[in-house]
Order: sequence, then structure tokens, then C-alpha cells
Amino acid sequence: MGATFDLWKTTKTVLFYALVVVIVVVSVFPFYYAILTSLKSGTDLFRVTYWPTSFSLDNFRQVFTQGEFPRNLLNSVFVASVTVILALFLAITASFALSRVRFRGRSLLLMTILAVSMFPQIAVLAGLFEVIRFLGIYNTPWALIFAYTIFTLPFTVWVLTTFMRDLPIEIEEAAIVDGATPWVIITKVFMPLMWPALVTTGLLAFIAAWNEFLFALTFTVSNQTRTVPVAIALLSGGSQYEIPWGIIMAASVIVTVPLVALVLIFQRKIVSGLTAGGVKG
Amino acid sequence: MASIELRNIKKSFGAVNVIKGVDLEVKKGEFMVFVGPSGCGKSTLLRLISGLEDITSGEMLFDGKVVNSLTPSKRGIAMVFQSYALYPHMTVYENMAFGLKLDKGHSKDEIRRRVERAADMLQIRQYLDRLPKQLSGGQRQRVAIGRAITRDPKVFLFDEPLSNLDAALRVATRIEIAKLHEEMNDVTMIYVTHDQVEAMTLADRICVLRDGLVEQVGTPMELYERPDSIFVAGFIGSPKMNFLTKDKAAAHNCATLGIRGEHLTVSPDGIWEGTVIHTENLGADSYVYLDMGEEEPVVVRLDGASSYQSGSTVRVSPQAENIHRFDEAGKPIR
Repeated sequence: MGATFDLWKTTKTVLFYALVVVIVVVSVFPFYYAILTSLKSGTDLFRVTYWPTSFSLDNFRQVFTQGEFPRNLLNSVFVASVTVILALFLAITASFALSRVRFRGRSLLLMTILAVSMFPQIAVLAGLFEVIRFLGIYNTPWALIFAYTIFTLPFTVWVLTTFMRDLPIEIEEAAIVDGATPWVIITKVFMPLMWPALVTTGLLAFIAAWNEFLFALTFTVSNQTRTVPVAIALLSGGSQYEIPWGIIMAASVIVTVPLVALVLIFQRKIVSGLTAGGVKG
Repeated sequence: MASIELRNIKKSFGAVNVIKGVDLEVKKGEFMVFVGPSGCGKSTLLRLISGLEDITSGEMLFDGKVVNSLTPSKRGIAMVFQSYALYPHMTVYENMAFGLKLDKGHSKDEIRRRVERAADMLQIRQYLDRLPKQLSGGQRQRVAIGRAITRDPKVFLFDEPLSNLDAALRVATRIEIAKLHEEMNDVTMIYVTHDQVEAMTLADRICVLRDGLVEQVGTPMELYERPDSIFVAGFIGSPKMNFLTKDKAAAHNCATLGIRGEHLTVSPDGIWEGTVIHTENLGADSYVYLDMGEEEPVVVRLDGASSYQSGSTVRVSPQAENIHRFDEAGKPIR
């Protein structure tokens, strides 16, 4: 009796870890293969291997020396960072009003904000293009910041509004009694309490802006203003028949590293941010 | 330091009238307690005085000046909330100093001096560097009181500050608040509670509220000895006053006869007869519940322990000088 029980328990453990392995392999393999390919050189690229056979940093050297890749990388950092800062600033002030100030049409406004995020990018592309031409920011980083902020805000506002609603009202009232203005309440009392939510939404906004392709392709034309996803897609080799896979893979690896680093730095905050609000305190 | 005057204050939330016209005067340095059953509007009235809620109509005066449109900090009030409402990310020191830091014109030294003085008064000096989550409930409430003291308010408001504490701590903190009132005798204090023991022990005067109106204002003993209505008579005092109707009341020429449990004496020649339902022994005294054919059992409060068998018959007499008589409208006949 005891023996069969143990056997079943072992089988369950084995099955569980087998499943874990499958999931890890499926999700990590593409990135692993990209790293592998980026370290190969010459015709080695076209031989399928699953373990590192050669080690050469040539591709990485070429990414940084040929073309405008370093410039594209800086563009991406600038666009994504400004988008996050702008979106968080607008969202935190908006969510204060939406969660704490009673006014007519509040829930209608909240629904409208949500509705904005329902439109697919391609549906608003032409209209947004006209707006950007009208504002005179075509082919500048500001065009991308503008577009990304619009698409990030609905999500950011919703998450922060829900989070702020859960903060006890007495804390705000205590601050009012202490003589705090709404601005002081937001910056000195609410923001420190909302760090987990800010980090989580900020990081998601950063990732979205960092990886975005369609707007980046449409709103920029010159090599100097492009962000990395477009730059990588448009990397070209010696002739039109050659696709420089090694360089593309090296660039992809470089682009992924900042995201991984950010997630690792903030991972504890993200976890508490995703569960916060559900638990009191 | 401020006298407060309420003139026909009304407050409605949409179509619901919560405060229906309150006239009240709170004297300088007085400890006023608002009591009433839940939903009577006592907390709302406190929030109107604090400035956290807007007044729908009527006038609120602090020292003879209308303050209807002033913010809480401009009115010079400080408030202690039921849930403490400490800033969770600040240390005890920062919590207490927050208001002073916002109010420009205080030097760092002065802020430190005032925070430390308040901390000494409440014996929380050793906790100044801790975060609220590292404190117990009683300590948190003392920090909340300390935060209010630090700002040196003209009016001190308490919104059921003891309801989240356990029984022993409640008594200890109650005594501390009473001491605080003695030390800060020029500060006007208004205290909201539903606990009539807190009201009786702390108040200079009690204001009994019912359905958004003032039922009676007076010193604790005035309310206890000369209630202006059946409602006040039943609300003040523990155990609750006994109300007798029908022929027992008619014998004293009234619609309802009120008599407190401590004013009933058990004797073989008592004028009323009742069946014992239950006996509660509290140590120093005991409550005997009698069925006398009224809606609610009649409670007799006796000194020391008592051992009456449930179902046995007991005869009691009221002390003639402590009988309260009420007419059909619930008003006293004196």
C-alpha cells in the first residue's frame, strides 16, 4: 500500500518537473538560439547546432561599427524613458481625480479611456499620422513619444486608479487636516505608497515602447531617428540577396539585455505590485 | 482656545438629510462628547466641524468668525481618526512632524522640540524612529494623538478613537485622554463615541444626537438624573433604564415609568412582582433579569453576588425619589 503510494508520488513529481522543463525550453529556446547564432561567424551560421561550436564577437563588433545602430539604441532609450515618465505623470494625476474627486460623468470618462485602448494600432495609424504632421513632429522622437503615450495611458490610468481607490480615505483626510494640498497629497503621501504599482506599470509601458514596431516604422524615415526594432528589421548585408543573420541576432541580443536587466532589478517590486490591491494593508 | 457655535447646521447627501438643523455651542476649553446610536449623524457632525465635509446650510462660527468655507488646517483643528490613519511609509517622527513641515515658518529645531514634547506627553519617545507597522494598536493610536498635539490645535476632534482597541487598552487610553484634557485645558475637544461609558467618564458636557437632531445637551449627571426624553433616559446609563407601562405606570399618573436598575430594591413587601429569567454576576455587582409582563425584562442591579433561581418569584420596590415619569410623547413629567 505504502509502496504504490510512493510510486504515484514519484510519478507526480517527475511529471511536474517534466512539464516545467518543457515550458522553460519553449520560452527560452528562441532567445538561446539567438545568442548562439550571434556568436557564430561566416558560413557556420547555416549549420544547425544546439550547442556553442565557435565563439566570435565579430557580429557584435560589426553592429556597433557599421550603420547607425548606437544612435538607434540611444533613440530607443530616450523614447521609452520619456514615454514612461510622461505616462506615469499624467496617469497618476488623472487617477487621483478619477479615484478621489467626485464629479459628474466620472465613470463615463473612465470607460472612454478604456475604449481608447480597444482600437487596433493600424486603425488609428492614418489619423495619427495626420496629427503628427500637423504638430510638426514627424520624423522626430517626439512623434513616437506622443503615439506611445496615447497607447500606454489607458492601461496605466486604469491600474493606478484601481490601486489608488484601495488606499484608505482616512490617510488622505489626515493629510488634509495636516494642511496638505492635493499636489502634496499625491507626491508626499500617495506616491510612496504606490511604488509597486508605479514600477509595474512603468516597466510594462517601457517594454511596450521599447518593442513597438509599426508606429516606429511609420513616423520616422531617416536612420538617425529610428528606434532599434525598425533598425534591426532594416539591417542589410553586402548585397540585396544577403541577409546578415549574424548581425541581426547580435543586435537582437543587445536589445533584449536592458529589458532583462530592468526586470531583474525591479522583480521584487513587480511581484508585490501585481498582488497589491487584492490584499488589505 | 476656540469657542464653537453651530447655527441651524444642515447637511444632506443627495436627497438624504443627515443633519437636520443643529444649534449647539461648545465653550472654550470644553470637552464635549457627541453620543447617539449608529446612523444618528454624530460622525457627520464632527466632519462638518472639521471641514472635511461641506455644510449644506447654516453657519459655523469659531470664536465668533464664520468658518464655513475654511479648510481644516485654516480652522486650526486636529483630528484623531478611528483607524489611526498614520502615513504607513513615514516613521513616527515624520508622521508627527508632517503637518508642521507643510506649514512653513517652523525651523527644524522648533519642529523637533514640539514633536519631542508631544512624544513625552504620550510616552512614545522611544518609538520615534519606528514605522507604524512596527507598533501595536494602542501605540499607533497614541502616535495619532501625538500627531494632533504637535500641531498645537485650537480644536481637537476625536472620531471614535478607541473603538479599534481591545477592552483593557480602551480603558487605559481613555484615562490618558482624560489626563490630556487636564494638561491642555485651553484646547476645545470634541469627541464622538457610541459608547456611553466613554461619554460619561470623559465629558464636561454630552450632546445626545438622534436622527440628525440634538436630543439633549448637558453634563453627564444632568443627563443621568434629569433626562429630557425617554430616548435619552434609555441611552444614558448602563444597564439601560427599565421602562414600565400599563397599570404600573398608571399608578404613578404617567404613560411610561422609568426606573434604573440600581434604584430598585428587593424586599418581601415590594410593590411589584417578577419572575427571575437570568442572573449575571459581575463580581462587584450583579444584574437580575425579571419578567414583569413588559416587552423587555426588568433589570435589577444589586451589590455583590446574588443567587436567585431562574423561575423563582422576587418582589421589588422602586425608590420613590428616583422614579422618572414620561407622558405619551415620551417627554418627562416633573
